[in-house]
Amino acid sequence: MSDVMLWADVLLAILGGAIRVGTPFLFVSLGECLTEKSGRVNLGLEGVLVLSAMAGFGGSYLTGSAWWGVGMAALSGALLASLHGWLCALPRVNDIATGIALMLLGVGLAFYLGKDLIQPQASQIPSIPLGWWSDSPQVQSAMRINALFPIGVGLAVVLTWLLAHTRWGLIVRMAGDSTDAARALGYSVNTVRMVATMAGGFIAGIGGASLSLYYPGSWNEGLSSGQGLIAVALVIFARWRPMQCLWASLLFGGAGALGPALQSVGVSAGYHLFNAMPYALTLLILVWSCKPKQALKGAPAELKLAR
Amino acid sequence: MTAVRWVAIFDGLVLPMLALAGAVLLFGGFVWLGGTDPIETWVLLFQGAFGDAFSWQNTLQRAAPLMLTALCVAIPMQAGMTIIGGEGALVLGGLAAAGLPYLFAPPDGLLGTAWILLAGAVAGGAWIALAGLLQQYRGVNETISSLLMSYLAIGVFKHLVEGPLRDPESLNKPSTLPLHDSWLLGLIPGQEVHWGLVIGAVVCVLAGLWLYGTTHGFATRVVGGNARAARLVGLPSQRLVVCACALGGAAAGLAGGIEVAAVHNAANASLIAGLGYTGILVAFVARHNPVAVIPVAVLFGGFGSAGSLLQRRLDLPDASVWVLQGFAFVLILACEAARGRLGLWLAQRQARMAASQVVHETSRQRLARQKAQAASVGEVA
Repeated sequence: MSDVMLWADVLLAILGGAIRVGTPFLFVSLGECLTEKSGRVNLGLEGVLVLSAMAGFGGSYLTGSAWWGVGMAALSGALLASLHGWLCALPRVNDIATGIALMLLGVGLAFYLGKDLIQPQASQIPSIPLGWWSDSPQVQSAMRINALFPIGVGLAVVLTWLLAHTRWGLIVRMAGDSTDAARALGYSVNTVRMVATMAGGFIAGIGGASLSLYYPGSWNEGLSSGQGLIAVALVIFARWRPMQCLWASLLFGGAGALGPALQSVGVSAGYHLFNAMPYALTLLILVWSCKPKQALKGAPAELKLAR
Repeated sequence: MTAVRWVAIFDGLVLPMLALAGAVLLFGGFVWLGGTDPIETWVLLFQGAFGDAFSWQNTLQRAAPLMLTALCVAIPMQAGMTIIGGEGALVLGGLAAAGLPYLFAPPDGLLGTAWILLAGAVAGGAWIALAGLLQQYRGVNETISSLLMSYLAIGVFKHLVEGPLRDPESLNKPSTLPLHDSWLLGLIPGQEVHWGLVIGAVVCVLAGLWLYGTTHGFATRVVGGNARAARLVGLPSQRLVVCACALGGAAAGLAGGIEVAAVHNAANASLIAGLGYTGILVAFVARHNPVAVIPVAVLFGGFGSAGSLLQRRLDLPDASVWVLQGFAFVLILACEAARGRLGLWLAQRQARMAASQVVHETSRQRLARQKAQAASVGEVA
C-alpha cells in the first residue's frame, strides 16, 4: 500500500514539475521558434536565458516587484539577442558561430554582473493555486502553478495565430522560406530577421525570469546548464509549431523533474544520472525525429540547422 | 604579388589581432563602468599573463589543455563540422584515464603513462565520433548534439566519481583512486611546466602536417569545403568526417588524460573547469589552423592566469575572464565581415590611380593599351 502511495507521489511530483520545470523551456522554445521561422538560428538563447535570469533576479531585488524583474529579464534578453541579429546581418558571419559566442558572452556577463546577487532574496513571481478542490497537500503543491505558465500558453496560441493568419507572420515566414521572394517584394531580409531575433530574445528572457524568480527561485551560477540549448533542440522536435512547443516543453519539464522527485521520496542512487535524463532524452528525440536525407517537414527552407 | 601577400597578412594576422586588442579595450571600458581603474586592469592583465617567470609558468600550464581542446573544434571544422562538445570529451577522457587502473593494472613507468593517456584519447575520440556519426547518418545537428552530449558526459562523470569509482578516502571532494606515482606526467627538466605542454604542441604540429601535408588531410579539407563536390570525385565523405571528429575528440580526451596524469592525479570535479569552452574560442581565433592554435592557446592561457590576479588584486569576479573571452569571440566573428576588404580597397585604389594618371600617348599606344585592358578584364571575368 505504502509503495503504491510512494509512486503516486512521484507521479504527482513529476506532473507538477512538468509545469514548474517546463515553463522556461516553453518560453525559450517559443522565442527560438519565432527566430527560426525567420530563417535564422540563435544558439545563443542559452546565454540569453542565463543573463535574463540574472537580470530578472536583480530587477526584482532592486525594485521589490517580481513583475519589474520579469520586464528587466525580457529586455536584457532582447538586448543580447539583438547583438546576435546585428552580427549575423554582417556579411559572411555565420549564425551558428555567433550563437556559440553569445552563449559564452551571456553566461560570462551574467556571472560577472550577478556576483553580488547570490546571497539575497528577491520577491518571487506569484503562483496560482489550482489544487483548491483537493485536501491532499501533495496535490495542492503539484497544482500550484507558476503565474508565467498561463502567459506562456497564451503566447503559444497568439504566436500560432500570428504566424498563420497575419501579414506580419507571413513576412516572417517568407524571410525564412525564401530570401529571394522577400527581396522581390521589397522587404529587407536582415531587418525582418533582426526583429524576429530580438522578439525571440525578449520571449526567451521571460523564461529566464521564470528560472530565477519562480523555480528554483534564486540566482546562482549553476542555475541553467543547457536548458536553453534543450529548448532549441525542442523546436526541431516540435517541427516549428508553437503549440507543439508547449507539449514538448511539458514533456521535458516532466523529465527534468524526475531527478528531484525521486530524491524527495528518498531515492538518491543515480541522482546525477537522473539529472542528466533531459539531455539523453533530447538526444534520443533528435535522433528519432531527424531525417538523414531530406529536409524536415515544416522546416523553414532557409534554415541551415535542419539540413 | 606583394599586394596579395599584404592582403593575406592583413586578413590572417592583423584582423584577429585588432579584434583581440578591441576586446581588451572593451573589457577595460566594462570594468571602468563598474568603478575599476582600466589602466591598472590592463597592466595586471599583462603582468598576470606574461609579467614574470611565475606567470609564464602559470600561462603555459593552462595553455597545454587549451591547445588540445581547441583541436577538438578545429579538426572537425576543417571537415565542415561545428563541434562544441570538447568539454565532454575532456571530462570523459579524464575519467577513462583515471578509471583504467580499475580494469587492469598498466605497467609501471612510462609505458603505463602511455596506456593511461591512450585510454583518455580513445574515450574522447569515441564520444565525439558519435556526434559525427549522428550527423552523417541521421542528420542530427552536430553543434547541438555535441553540447548535449557534453552535459551528458558530465552527468556520467559525476555519477561514477561520486559513486562506483569513488575513493573512500576522498571525503570533502569526491575523487577516483589516485594514480600510481610512476604513471604521473612529470615536469619538463629545468621548468615548472609539465610535459603536457610539449605533448599538446607536438599534437598540434602533427595535426597541421596531416591536414596540409597528406592526401588524407587534403581529402578531409575538400569534404569540409564542399561535401557534395567531394562525393562527386569519389571521396568517402562520411568516413572522412567521422574520422575528423574522432581525431578532434581524441585530442580533447588526451587533454583530459593529461590533466589527470599531470595536475589532479585523479578524476574529480576540478576537471570540469570550462577548458572545452575556452578551446572553442581558441580554435575560432586561430581560424581552425592547428599550428596557429599553439600561440593563441598560450595567449588565452595567459588571460586565464591573469584572471586570478585580477580577482586577487582588484576584487573583480572570477567570471571576468569569461566576459573578456565573450568580447573577444564576438569581435573575432565581426571581423569576418572585414575580411577581403583590404584587397578590394587596394584594387579600387589602383584602378583610380590608373584612371587619374595623365597619359600622353599616340593613337597607336592608346589602341594597344585598350586592347590590353580588354584582355585583362576578360581574364578577371
